[in-house]
Amino acid sequence: MRGETRLLARILVAGLMNVGVYALLAVGFSLIFGAARIINLCHTGFYMIGAYSMFLLVVSRGWPVLWAIFATLVVVAVLGIAVYKLIIDPLREHEATVLIVTLATAVLIQEVLLILFGGHFRGMPSLIPGYTTVLGVRVTYQYLLTLGVVAVASLGLWAMLQRTRLGIAIRATAQDREVANLMGMDVTRVATVTMAIGVALAGVAGIMVAPIYVLEPHMWQPPLVTILAVVVLGGLGSIKGSFVGAVILAFAEVLVVFLVPQGAFLKAALALGLMLAILLIRPEGLFGVAFEGER
Amino acid sequence: MHKVTSALLVLVMGLTAVLATGCPRRQEAVGPPPIKIGIAGPMAFLQGEHHWYGALMAQEEINAAGGVQVGDTKRLIELVKIDTNEILSPEDAATAVEKAITVDKVDFLMGGFRTEGVFPMTEVAMDHKKIFMICGSATNELLEGRVDKDYERYKYLFRVTPIRSTDLAKVCFEMLGYVGVIMRQALGLEKPKVAILAERLLWNEAMIAAAQQLIPTRLGMELVGVWRPSATATDVTAELTAIKAAGAHIIFTINSGPVGITYARQWGELEIPAVSIGINVEAQKLGFWDATQGYGNYDTTLNTYGKVRITDLTLPFYDQFVERFGECPAYTAGTYEALHILAAAIERAATLDADAVVAELEKTDKHSATGRIVFDNLHDVTWGPGYVTGIMTQWQDGELVVVWPYPGWQGLHYEGVVSYKIPPRVVQYWLGQSK
Repeated sequence: MRGETRLLARILVAGLMNVGVYALLAVGFSLIFGAARIINLCHTGFYMIGAYSMFLLVVSRGWPVLWAIFATLVVVAVLGIAVYKLIIDPLREHEATVLIVTLATAVLIQEVLLILFGGHFRGMPSLIPGYTTVLGVRVTYQYLLTLGVVAVASLGLWAMLQRTRLGIAIRATAQDREVANLMGMDVTRVATVTMAIGVALAGVAGIMVAPIYVLEPHMWQPPLVTILAVVVLGGLGSIKGSFVGAVILAFAEVLVVFLVPQGAFLKAALALGLMLAILLIRPEGLFGVAFEGER
Repeated sequence: MHKVTSALLVLVMGLTAVLATGCPRRQEAVGPPPIKIGIAGPMAFLQGEHHWYGALMAQEEINAAGGVQVGDTKRLIELVKIDTNEILSPEDAATAVEKAITVDKVDFLMGGFRTEGVFPMTEVAMDHKKIFMICGSATNELLEGRVDKDYERYKYLFRVTPIRSTDLAKVCFEMLGYVGVIMRQALGLEKPKVAILAERLLWNEAMIAAAQQLIPTRLGMELVGVWRPSATATDVTAELTAIKAAGAHIIFTINSGPVGITYARQWGELEIPAVSIGINVEAQKLGFWDATQGYGNYDTTLNTYGKVRITDLTLPFYDQFVERFGECPAYTAGTYEALHILAAAIERAATLDADAVVAELEKTDKHSATGRIVFDNLHDVTWGPGYVTGIMTQWQDGELVVVWPYPGWQGLHYEGVVSYKIPPRVVQYWLGQSK
């Protein structure tokens, strides 16, 4: 391969590796916003619980991985429902208050984990150890697994939204909550189930990153900024937009690392700058209007 | 019945008040009040824990020997834990220290970790003319430009660990040059290529500038680039892919944050064909091996304490620390030395008066676990052969071993130093490429 082609291949592969986690987080966030009109700033808190739960069950308690994954998903979903019922639902008419209480809940989760696990940095073994070479770039199997899980989760979500009664109810509630209510749908129940599915997706992201990232009680903060950028860029509430936003921001970050190595720390700032630039041209985000039309 | 309950309540409250006011009097009657030492650090994190553990070991040793002789009386040491929270919020540190001085009435202070927190907390200590012994922050300017420029205000500041930033850089460059020689011999390289991977924080800026200048000139190596991820980056695969593409044989790391674990893990798992040396604070901890799942094998970092005989005190301290706390001492455990130095200075001064103790601290010449501690005119720990040198440690198959100073460096021979090892994958990769 020529030099430029090789560089392009490296950027392509490294970018794709970044897409997975961003997409998983952003899609769950968008789903909750779309159906329940809740901007849940605690979303990455559930992602952190997912990662710590895997660490606790697999590393500290020695559980088999599959059992740990199942238990983690249940725990995260139940916690998501509890947070929705106890904290968000009573305040849902006050959007600004919901923003603040969900942020406060994330900080609360952080402090509880700090008490339980201390400020130590933790790690756990890869679910599939080792790496392979793709277009001359070394990629760990764990990253490939994450990409696979994103693909399966996205297809599953799409099928659920398009082909099931629950999916139709979620989409109807997303279109117009009041009309859906008048048509006899239990919109509160729909919102609760959507919250459970959305945070479970965050839990899946946590499960996937637990073997890749360093676990510490503040790991929820950096991805929160990124996924906010992703969902705003893609169009708030648009699942397709979230996926496309994740791809754009992931590649923008990788381009910075490869083309401006001294400015690698600026990758998040550049991604946010890109989001601002696109919003100046399309204030509703890339798929905001298109998604409304689809709905 | 109601009257009986009320009477009981009054009785209990009265007894509580008597006990609460009576206890201190009783304590005073037993002996002189203890000397209160405030241990300031981020107590929810390893750095703060080691501040505390080091001080605790020293306190127990001093109190077991009867305490500190202050004039005619022996006084025990009492430690006061000050959680500065400086890793998360450096601005909390000054408030915590203010409270320790004004409410807890500490007599002396030691600790500190993050420069952004140590500056304000030492200012508070100086306002109250309290001696503050820094054990955990390397920035030159904590002493330079303060003790020398305004001695009357800042004379209460001293640094015990680590050595100052510029001396840390000297050790790293010595090690880099040493590894460069080994790489040239093992791989037949004329001019090894070096990539710098340094987190984006203020403390390492001067070191990066020095490395950019020295690597091509004094060390005769080629610098292929500088990568600056965030100190909290959770993924550096893109950086590592770019470094591998640049053909680097050596990655020179300058990291203190959690990115050190992310980096080492991905460096090992992706089998990047370059040796890794420099500063990786996370690699100084025994938990590093588990946190990287063993992928951090062969990572090499600057260190303060290690399983080596710097002096006859090093191994007993190291072994006792590991046995008791299950971790090897980080450089913040320098509170152990600091408390012994302070106790000796108080005994010589025969008073707790800060000015008198400062005068005695300046005369310190202490045979310690890290070497011979003598404060220079900036109140900084003196670096160099015969004083405190620092060490380099390498992870070798689950063991944290000392690989520098190599035998004979500046005439030094620390018993227990082992040979530096190039990861076998690096040798295989480059020898395979040359065929």
